[in-house]
Amino acid sequence: MNTDSMNTDTVHTNDALVTALTASLDTDRADLDALRARLTERAEDEALLDVAYRIVDSPIGPLLVAASPAGLVRIAFEREGHDAVLDQLAGQISPRIMRMPARTDDVARQLDEYFAGRRHEFDLPLDLQLVSGFRRTVISHLSDIAYGSTASYKAVAEMAGNPTAVRAVGSACSHNPVPVVVPCHRVVRSDGSIGNYLGGVDVKATLIALESAA
Amino acid sequence: MSLPPFETVVDEYGTMVMRVCRAVLGSDIAAEDAWSETFISALRAYPDLRPDSDVRAWLVTIAHRKAIDQIRARNRAPLPSADPLDRPSDGAPSGLDGVDLDGDLRTAVNRLPMKQRHAVAYRYLADLSYAEIGVLLDCSVAAARRSAADGIAALRAIDLQPSRSTTRRKLTS
Repeated sequence: MNTDSMNTDTVHTNDALVTALTASLDTDRADLDALRARLTERAEDEALLDVAYRIVDSPIGPLLVAASPAGLVRIAFEREGHDAVLDQLAGQISPRIMRMPARTDDVARQLDEYFAGRRHEFDLPLDLQLVSGFRRTVISHLSDIAYGSTASYKAVAEMAGNPTAVRAVGSACSHNPVPVVVPCHRVVRSDGSIGNYLGGVDVKATLIALESAA
Repeated sequence: MSLPPFETVVDEYGTMVMRVCRAVLGSDIAAEDAWSETFISALRAYPDLRPDSDVRAWLVTIAHRKAIDQIRARNRAPLPSADPLDRPSDGAPSGLDGVDLDGDLRTAVNRLPMKQRHAVAYRYLADLSYAEIGVLLDCSVAAARRSAADGIAALRAIDLQPSRSTTRRKLTS
């Protein structure tokens, strides 16, 4: 080791010395990533992770998948803005949020199987703490709509025990915290047109087509 | 206004905290331990942090305490009663320290008296104010400023005199 090459730059001003000092103390990216991975594992072991998330690539774009210790709590489409959704979760649930894929391994695997046409039902613990009241009632009935079929907003209102609450069903669907897994994409208008979707109408059409082809 | 996800705190400050831990502790292994302890403690306390808090200063305060823990553990056997901050650097770090020092400047930092090393790290790597450093090091603002200035001056002097520092650096090779 030799300081000669450094001397010309570092000794004349504090800034250059500080720059060199900073560089001499920097960590390899890979080492820091490994430390971060160990940190999240330990956080999980010590029950300090209120929300663990990952990004899952899918035919309908990257999906943000977030789980509380109780279960899957949020799936977000790219157009919602994943960072914005994480900020919302920090306020709604807890700021103890870290990227940790392990907690959502099952979700990722089942989503892969679903998009490959090999899975028709999801078998996952759900945490529906982000919805309450009638919306939650609606959400909990959506999985009764069979894979590959659709139901009208009116039919879902009847299933949820409030036949006149058609608009409220639409609102509940648009606030579904775990789309795809809870199939709000199977709810369409009575006239057969596709209706709205948080992930975009194109995505809704893609999911319906995927299920009718499989 | 709410706190951002903790992941963004690690994104933003993880590298800075590691530099501080390395500067203060010398050993990469001790620095990694202090880094991990800092962020696990921070994660534990995070929901109670006021959203308008200075996250940088908060993290460095935790890192300072965790580094002191490391120094105490290291010194426990040879010098059980010494206050680590008052103890000057002995210039002959324990075996672990010598192994993974990878640069002349790092070696020079490791040779600084403890208080100067802390002051330099918190001022020049963590960008804390001298008032904040004074609180951390339990000294006056003027003393914090002097420690940082003396430390930086010592680093500059060592850098200027490679032949002299070579003899002082013999432990690194």
